[in-house]
Amino acid sequence: MSAVLDPSASTTVAASDAGGAHVAAGAPIVQITALRKSYGTNEVLKGIDLTVKRGEVIAIIGKSGSGKSTLLRCINGLEVFQEGSLSVDNKPLLHESAMAMRELRQRVGMIFQGFNLFPHLTVGKNVMLAPTLVKKRGQVEAAAQARKLLARVGLAEKFDAMPDQLSGGQQQRVAIARALAMEPAVLLCDEITSALDPELVGEVLRVVESLADEGMTLLMVTHEMSFARKVGDRVIFMHQGRVHEMGPPAELFSNPQTPELKQFLSSLHD
Amino acid sequence: MNDFSLWDILRNLLLALRWTVVLSLIAFVGGGLVGGLLLFLRLRAGKWLDRAIGTYVQLFQGTPLLMQLFLAYFGIALMGVEVSAWTAATVALTLYTSAFLTEIWRGCVASIPKGQWEASGSLALTFGEQMRHVILPQAVKIATAPTVGFLVQVVKGTALASVIGFVELTKAGSMISNATFQPFVVFSCVALMYFALCFPISLFAKHLERKTHVRRA
Repeated sequence: MSAVLDPSASTTVAASDAGGAHVAAGAPIVQITALRKSYGTNEVLKGIDLTVKRGEVIAIIGKSGSGKSTLLRCINGLEVFQEGSLSVDNKPLLHESAMAMRELRQRVGMIFQGFNLFPHLTVGKNVMLAPTLVKKRGQVEAAAQARKLLARVGLAEKFDAMPDQLSGGQQQRVAIARALAMEPAVLLCDEITSALDPELVGEVLRVVESLADEGMTLLMVTHEMSFARKVGDRVIFMHQGRVHEMGPPAELFSNPQTPELKQFLSSLHD
Repeated sequence: MNDFSLWDILRNLLLALRWTVVLSLIAFVGGGLVGGLLLFLRLRAGKWLDRAIGTYVQLFQGTPLLMQLFLAYFGIALMGVEVSAWTAATVALTLYTSAFLTEIWRGCVASIPKGQWEASGSLALTFGEQMRHVILPQAVKIATAPTVGFLVQVVKGTALASVIGFVELTKAGSMISNATFQPFVVFSCVALMYFALCFPISLFAKHLERKTHVRRA
């Protein structure tokens, strides 16, 4: 665990990434304008406007069914939206263009609730797969990078292990290393601790926190309110497909403006 | 009357067994290639093509192989094209096998969790890369046992090619039995030969199944 907690032992992945190096800190990296998405007649996102600055850490909270996961999944094209526009690093998201999607997805990493490691590959190969295929990196170079990243998430000795030999927390940390291997400018975290046993949540959150400290742009859907409060620069409360309330965590949690957020926050204490 | 030795019977059956093996191989290879192509099209294509292939599968699964052989032999001839028994058997067995294999494999690909597609997709892998490096390696493990199991059915199914005049093991068996008046001996030998062909395949399937199970545990 020491590798996770000690920033000097870690490689600075976010800051040195080539993909976003030309974007000045504080410049908008994700821009969402009037985004609408529906499944058939059921509209789940009803006009979302959101600008995320580089290096910002955004926590998205809200009841289930409020559209928070859908919003996150729109950002890397896992969900197709019908109206509005979305761009990452000034590159617009175009569902029809495979080239544009490949470009965009290299800039946006995603970590899932269910880890989704590739069970037939070793931990090391899981991390190496995308860089060797997409970035055409050599095996030796990719392996070196994978070892570095695994050390960064505190799993250096697991390089040759199979995913099913790891605990949930370890698997999720491998998934983080795998996403980082593509050197994304933005990292999306979709309830990444919800499938974990309580005692394993901390090790994953510590890794995410260290990423935030290094300046990685993070958008996370989370139920960990204390974590959102501690690490988040901004908290977004979603309600019925809209951004219902938004602000710095200290303000939003201690002084909620809308009755819906008040009710949501109080329901957490029950 | 009885001037056929057991060896005469066996020798002639073994010669005919060659054609059963060749027909089976044609069905495996042809059916595998067409089945693989259909699977790929089905995963890639839109609703319309998916439905068309679905209908194709239902058609070949829902009619007897015997009818398919008849139709291939006499049907193509009706269109003015002279077909040999070889061509007809090749076409019918290939189409029949491909329909079953593509459906078996589609099920195996569909059983791979959606998260595997999403994770590999969000790592910017193309469809081809996703298939080759993430989905197929996992699907192949699941598909091995049912695929080999179906191939055993195909080996036995080649017996039906006798109806269009193909002298393979079964047809040779009935011809020899007509000549020797020893149907019990002849067909026992025929059955044993089918068994000798199919049993190793089944054993192989079991072996593969056990192997993948151990790796999964």
